Amino acid sequence: MKTTSYFSLIVLLAAFSACSKKDNYDPPQSKLTGALMYKGDSIYLEYNRVPYQLYQYGYGKLGPIEQTFTQSGTINSLLFNGDYKFIVPNGQGPFLWPKTGAGSPDSVNITMNGNQNLNIEVTPYYMIRNAQITGSGGSVSANFKAEKIITDANAKDIDNVVLYINKTGFVSGANNIAQAAVAGADITDLNNINLSVAIPTLTQKYVFARVGLKIAGIEDMIFSPLVQVSF
Amino acid sequence: MKKYISIISLALIVVITGCSKTDDEFLDIPPTSVIPADVAFTDPALVLAILGDLYNRQLDFSALDNRPIPGTDNTDPGWLTFGDFSESFPSDAGSYYLVQRTGWGYNEWQVDWFKSYAYIKDLNLFIQRDSAATELTDADKKRFLAEGRFLRANFYFEMVKRMGGVPLVLQPLIYDIGKGNVSDLQYPRAKESDIYDFVISEAEAIKNDLPADVNEKSRASKAAALAMESRAALYAGSIAKYGASRTPQVTLPGGEVGIDASKANGYYQTALKAAQEIINGSAGNYKLYEVLPNLSDNFAALFLDKTSVNQESIFIEDFKANGGKTHGFTTNDQPFSFSDEGDDAGRLNPSLNLVESFEKLDNTYAPLPTTDANGNFIYYNNIQDIFSGRDARLAGTVLLPEAVFKTGVVDIWAGYIQPDGTITTSDNAVNQKPLPGTTTPVQVVGKDGPVNGLALRSQSGFYIRKWLDPTVGSGRRGRGSDVAFIRYRYAEVLLNAAEASFELGDNATSALYMNQVRKRAGLTTPLEAGEITFDRIVHERRVELAFEGHTLYDMKRWRLANTVWNGSPMSKADLVSNIGSATKKNTQPWGLWPYKFYDPGGVNNGKWIFKETLPSVVTGSNLFQLGNYYSRINDDVIAANPKIVRQPNQ
Repeated sequence: MKTTSYFSLIVLLAAFSACSKKDNYDPPQSKLTGALMYKGDSIYLEYNRVPYQLYQYGYGKLGPIEQTFTQSGTINSLLFNGDYKFIVPNGQGPFLWPKTGAGSPDSVNITMNGNQNLNIEVTPYYMIRNAQITGSGGSVSANFKAEKIITDANAKDIDNVVLYINKTGFVSGANNIAQAAVAGADITDLNNINLSVAIPTLTQKYVFARVGLKIAGIEDMIFSPLVQVSF
Repeated sequence: MKKYISIISLALIVVITGCSKTDDEFLDIPPTSVIPADVAFTDPALVLAILGDLYNRQLDFSALDNRPIPGTDNTDPGWLTFGDFSESFPSDAGSYYLVQRTGWGYNEWQVDWFKSYAYIKDLNLFIQRDSAATELTDADKKRFLAEGRFLRANFYFEMVKRMGGVPLVLQPLIYDIGKGNVSDLQYPRAKESDIYDFVISEAEAIKNDLPADVNEKSRASKAAALAMESRAALYAGSIAKYGASRTPQVTLPGGEVGIDASKANGYYQTALKAAQEIINGSAGNYKLYEVLPNLSDNFAALFLDKTSVNQESIFIEDFKANGGKTHGFTTNDQPFSFSDEGDDAGRLNPSLNLVESFEKLDNTYAPLPTTDANGNFIYYNNIQDIFSGRDARLAGTVLLPEAVFKTGVVDIWAGYIQPDGTITTSDNAVNQKPLPGTTTPVQVVGKDGPVNGLALRSQSGFYIRKWLDPTVGSGRRGRGSDVAFIRYRYAEVLLNAAEASFELGDNATSALYMNQVRKRAGLTTPLEAGEITFDRIVHERRVELAFEGHTLYDMKRWRLANTVWNGSPMSKADLVSNIGSATKKNTQPWGLWPYKFYDPGGVNNGKWIFKETLPSVVTGSNLFQLGNYYSRINDDVIAANPKIVRQPNQ
């Protein structure tokens, strides 16, 4: 009897230690990086607002890995090696994402085998060009040009443009200490838009600023690059 | 060893042959702990017990007892279900996230898919078994059947409000093992309009099988079916109308989300017709609760009175103290200084945003006057003077500073203020301080707050009064409160009728219905037909139905949610402007803090001044994205049934 119990103990031990080798696998190690681009120019977004989804082929359950673009329109995911498809869900982002005939978002195929950098080319409705943001005399001023990129049947009007300032590097409608806006209908010259906002009393001697453009009927704004303004 | 084996074999043989004689009886002993379906559906008392469980599993957006958290076996406490959307401030350290987050996740407000369809299956089984029952009287059978169908329709209504079109399953689904696949059990999502049509047609089909009795409140009645129909049709009509004009992006090509604009008028007509059927008395003698001479007390009593005097409530979730079903709403929200439980109180604090939206008695909107035209403070002799001349529902919904509740007086003031603006206050009323120029420590802040970050006292300057139970002992955890939650009531039916008539272009009828509700609130100057606007409709529902679980659904169906909760912080200028406008921003809950003016010898010494204050705990602001209009259907649901399409904008 004793022999049996020792023997079964050994079998059990062997079984468990065997499991640890078979069942567990290494964490994902292939890094997918990349950015949203339009003809070589970065597209700037709001932090934590525009999602993207990765679907892995042949992995049983039908569910995406969902993450959001960073404020500067970049992506960053650690993945297992394998085949993926990448989409931006319908109605997200200040750009036109290609669709299939059935109306669902068209996918970009990605094969992960080690680290990969993927630049995703999209067509934004508008681009903010030549943003000059400067601070002086207790206020921040911005001068920029709004270039209408999509001019066909999908074209949209400008809802408004807003200059945001904040104490930290996260600058958007949700994160700001002051803002100044002008409605799209009040813009006379798209090539020369001026905004100015007074800086509230602060203990620090700098603010971060950027300009956002809200497109009519599109939820997410497109932004200019982030600028640190000292005053 | 051999000996044992033969003994055991022998014993086995004896046992087996022993069994074989009484085999039929032995294997056919009825279980004592389960009542089989065919037995249960012979006795009305047993059917009612089954039905009781089905009633208990209904889902409300706001509930006094608790709300299940989808995907878990946990629940949120009842008060928390009233606490969001900047209509109130949550004075509870574990719940500050309501005012610190910058928006809602896409899965917020979703139903627990698997539990919901388990419930629908039970409802379908109930309906099937009741239909097949042979030993019930016809009257019983018909009524039970109608109740089952009412609960099913009401639950689908709750699902469609949150998720849009869902699979419409109307019979129990049985898995056929021989078949080996489940594809014929996988239902695609129905159109959003199909679900609303289903709710409406069910209500029409069952209304005459339900009692037309005003005293039938916790079970379905004819008026409950009609009230459900009226509300559902109104929701569908406004989704059709405003979805097309305000949020055309929030649709799916298959109609699972979004309703065609051409259907709006038909729905509004249905909503009006159903409401009028209750109003003209054909479902029982319902009327507004007008019992007490003090209009504010009367409005508060409406939510407490469960006797036959209350002819306003139509369908309620009832509770019974000392009978097993109670809730902790009063325990959690009673004023701190005279709480029945030392450390359980004061969590739900209505915001100034809501308080200032109650009209003045001349039907105009105005912020509470804290400063004059030159920016100087206005001095009030009594702390409640600033609220005088307002809609009686204000004091009926909210406990103002120095309001009386039970035997106590609410003690809310933020400190002493001197002419130069210096404030003397402390972090807790028990920590006393001497006033300037004196040495004796005195109380320098109200026992009920407000102190920033001091939970369980009011941090907005107000406590909730609606649903708060004045019965002795109702604030104790052990006893709890048995105030009922009113799911449908007559005033809402009137407002449904008013809104539907307005949308159909009949302002005169709309004014007629709306003025009845307003008159009860002390607004005796009737609104003229020309004064009825969309903003008025939105406003009236906000103040009449505050803290009754309507806020989110109303804002969603009017497609105002992404405008009102647009994610940008709310300044004081935002707060005090555009009151009464349907599109007014409401992203952060503000408070109104009273201060005692300290100027010995001065004329204003001891008078009160007020400051609009954003509680310092509030750091986030409500952001409602287009993807929030319909809550997410989880990936595991879609993985199990690939016919289900995803929500738009997510």
